Amino acid sequence: MSVKLNALFSDSYVDISQYRDQHFKGNRYDQEKLLKQSNTLYVGNLSFYTTEDQVHEIFSKSGDVKRIIIGLDKVKKTACGFCFVEYYTRTGAENAMRFINGTRLDDRIIRTDWDAGFKEGRQYGRGKSGGQVRDEYRQDYDPARGGYGKLASQHRPTEAQNTF
Amino acid sequence: ILFIYSSRSARLLPEKLTVYTTLVGLLNARNYNFGGEFVEAMIRQLKETLKNNLYNEAVYLVRFLSDLVNCHVIAAPSMVAMFENFVSVTQEEDVPQVRSDWFVYVVLSCLPWVGKELYEKKDVEMDRLLSQIEGYLKRRVKTHVPMLQVWTAEKPHPQEEYLDCLWAQIQKLKKDRWQERHILRPYIAFDSVLCEALQHNLPPFTPPGHMPDAQYPMPRVVFRMFDYTDAPEGPVMPGSHSVERFVIEENLHCIIKTHWRERKTCAAQLLSYPGKNKIPLNYHIVEVIFGELFQLPSPPHIDVMYTTLLIELCKLQPGSLPQVLAQATEMLYMRLDTMNSSCVDRLINWFSHHLSNFQFRWSWDDWSDCLTMDLEKPKPKFVKEVLEKSMRLSYHQRIVDIVPPTFSALIPAEPIFSYKYEDESASSLPGYPASVTVGNAIKNRASNEEILTILKEVPNPNQEDDDDEGESFNPLKVDVFLQTLLHLAAKSFSHSFSALGKFHEILKALTESDEGKLHILKVVYDVWRNHPQMIAVLVDKMIRTQIVDCAAVANWLFSQDMAHEFTRLFIWEILHSTIRKMDKHVQKIQQELEEAKDKLEKQQHKRDSGDDEDMDKNSEDEEGQLEEQIERLQEKVESAQSEQKNLFLVIFQRFIMLLTEHLVRCETGSVDITTPWYKNCVGRLQQVFLMHHVTIQQYMGTLENLLFTAELDPHILAVYQQFCALQL
Repeated sequence: MSVKLNALFSDSYVDISQYRDQHFKGNRYDQEKLLKQSNTLYVGNLSFYTTEDQVHEIFSKSGDVKRIIIGLDKVKKTACGFCFVEYYTRTGAENAMRFINGTRLDDRIIRTDWDAGFKEGRQYGRGKSGGQVRDEYRQDYDPARGGYGKLASQHRPTEAQNTF
Repeated sequence: ILFIYSSRSARLLPEKLTVYTTLVGLLNARNYNFGGEFVEAMIRQLKETLKNNLYNEAVYLVRFLSDLVNCHVIAAPSMVAMFENFVSVTQEEDVPQVRSDWFVYVVLSCLPWVGKELYEKKDVEMDRLLSQIEGYLKRRVKTHVPMLQVWTAEKPHPQEEYLDCLWAQIQKLKKDRWQERHILRPYIAFDSVLCEALQHNLPPFTPPGHMPDAQYPMPRVVFRMFDYTDAPEGPVMPGSHSVERFVIEENLHCIIKTHWRERKTCAAQLLSYPGKNKIPLNYHIVEVIFGELFQLPSPPHIDVMYTTLLIELCKLQPGSLPQVLAQATEMLYMRLDTMNSSCVDRLINWFSHHLSNFQFRWSWDDWSDCLTMDLEKPKPKFVKEVLEKSMRLSYHQRIVDIVPPTFSALIPAEPIFSYKYEDESASSLPGYPASVTVGNAIKNRASNEEILTILKEVPNPNQEDDDDEGESFNPLKVDVFLQTLLHLAAKSFSHSFSALGKFHEILKALTESDEGKLHILKVVYDVWRNHPQMIAVLVDKMIRTQIVDCAAVANWLFSQDMAHEFTRLFIWEILHSTIRKMDKHVQKIQQELEEAKDKLEKQQHKRDSGDDEDMDKNSEDEEGQLEEQIERLQEKVESAQSEQKNLFLVIFQRFIMLLTEHLVRCETGSVDITTPWYKNCVGRLQQVFLMHHVTIQQYMGTLENLLFTAELDPHILAVYQQFCALQL
């Protein structure tokens, strides 16, 4: 019955996800504690062409934004499709999780998740080619994220050769 | 346990009220004591909620109790007695009108549920009750109404004061002999069991007396945008004075109140409203949602929630809801001429954000009537602002692509930097040589001292060459430095913020005087006039890093230089953001003061209750330090409040000056005062009052003595008086 009562106070969009940063300096407990009190969000599935202005405009709808750090390709130093948004208050971040997560920016459904806090170095993609890990292995063609995934684009020229 | 569950559910799921009252009724029939204890617990809870200013919750509790009459748990006469006690509050003297309003509202809002039963048992008393209410409603003051109406026009749907509307609905219900068919009443099915139950009498309930710090709900206006002519097929919409309309709206509001945090659940719950086959549910939902979004002074929940909720509803009902939403948007566009400024702002933000989720698809040609109007009129203005906001969520070329070529006059400018010292063609400008030197110095990472030295050489257009009176303010210095710096940092927000941070020392030096602060804002506007979003974030940063203060921003926005932008949305967004920052600043210091006071109290408590051994010099020192800190914080609070009061004085003074000028000019020219500019300006003045009413209440005395005096033009004074009426 207490489960049912809790359902009346449910706020599931604000819960922390399963993701844990593998590079986090500290144990699981520390990370979770930080996530639960964080004012910072990770934002994923951005177009490479989405600007800081656009991110600022949409995320300001849930609260005053303190800073935005656009994620960069480690090699090219260009935007690689993610960013961090830090709010002045926890409430701003929570409302973003409730109302901006899962809606569109630049015609793409963006995804937000709690972040333990920005640290220098975390603005770079961790994929082998310099971008995000997800862009290393994906098979689909996404013009807003550099076309084919890195591995898939390596295979492609070979295929074209075979047809001749 | 069961009644914790039931009473909690009663408060939190009010739309399912009759299910729980039936449950309680059945339990009472089995176990009389249970019923008695339950009622007692609810009365206790009611007392608690009233004590804690939780008036909206208290309404649901009273409604629950009244429905328990239908379930034979509570005897009708005792309920009538409680209602009589409530209505007697209208006889109290020297209490705020909002207090007696609430007690009348509670009684009236229960009658759809229990009116029939109460009239059957105690019709004489009920008639007396209703005529007392009628008398009260007749003598009630309604100065506040114009300030809360979304539209100023009476057609097509009058924006009725909420008590007037409810009264009309109850009158109609009475005429219909209390026949109400919308509310689900499960207890009817169990009548044979329930009518055997023994009933309890409610203990006499005296409404708690008025306390000076009581916060009664503000009056409101009923939002209506649809009537029976709007739903083309299917069930007919209940009339505006039908009690069904009241019940449906109440229940839908309750669902949103319960589930607003979880949009999927909220949308699902709204769409599965019981009895949905007999009403045009999509229309009711859209009307209720817009009603909340446009509510004055502010929506019950954060604006963006409604955008996301509507998107979710469109996902769940893709075949029907988007059409209703499009129809609603069209209607809102048609009625822009009489819509309140704050509501237009919210509509702009909602519509642009909504479109950005649907590839900006819209039948713009349907709105081509706005192309032949004066651009300052509400309709073209609205489209312009929507396109500007849409551009912020996308990019300039996108906007060019989505509108027909006929709309080109309404497309926003490309948001690019305007550099005065761009190239050789600017070489004749007095600041040009310095701009080149400063630019190079910054690129070569010169120190602040070096840059200041360069700036010293910039000629002062305000000073004679042989004027030896020392440093007077040099606007050209500010111009050269800031234009050049912002030009180098124009790439992104982050670059510009970094620049402001790096050269903070220089900027502070340049803006020591009020003239300096004003000029820096002028330059920011000058370079970024095509990118209002950038202006807003830079102004925000400069306030937070104390390069400019809030009063300077207010003076700048109202200055002659900005008069041509006065009706644009970004101006007001900057003003309100500035007022909010000032507010948060004051609150922060007040909180620090409270925390220090608490700390001191704990310390003193420890000392008082400790032995002599514990009383050593250290704790005395600590106390002394805390007392000093408290004194300093006290001064800080007073200084911050003084700054805040001054900010409002500046803003209101400026409004009064502008409006008076306009009124005098019109009078001498025998011209009608109600130009689009005038309506916009009055709307913006109202908006300042409404959006910051909590803070402004603190300074009412000063405002009335200094600014809103009887000598003021009645048109301007009326706005102030309407505002005062909100807390009568």
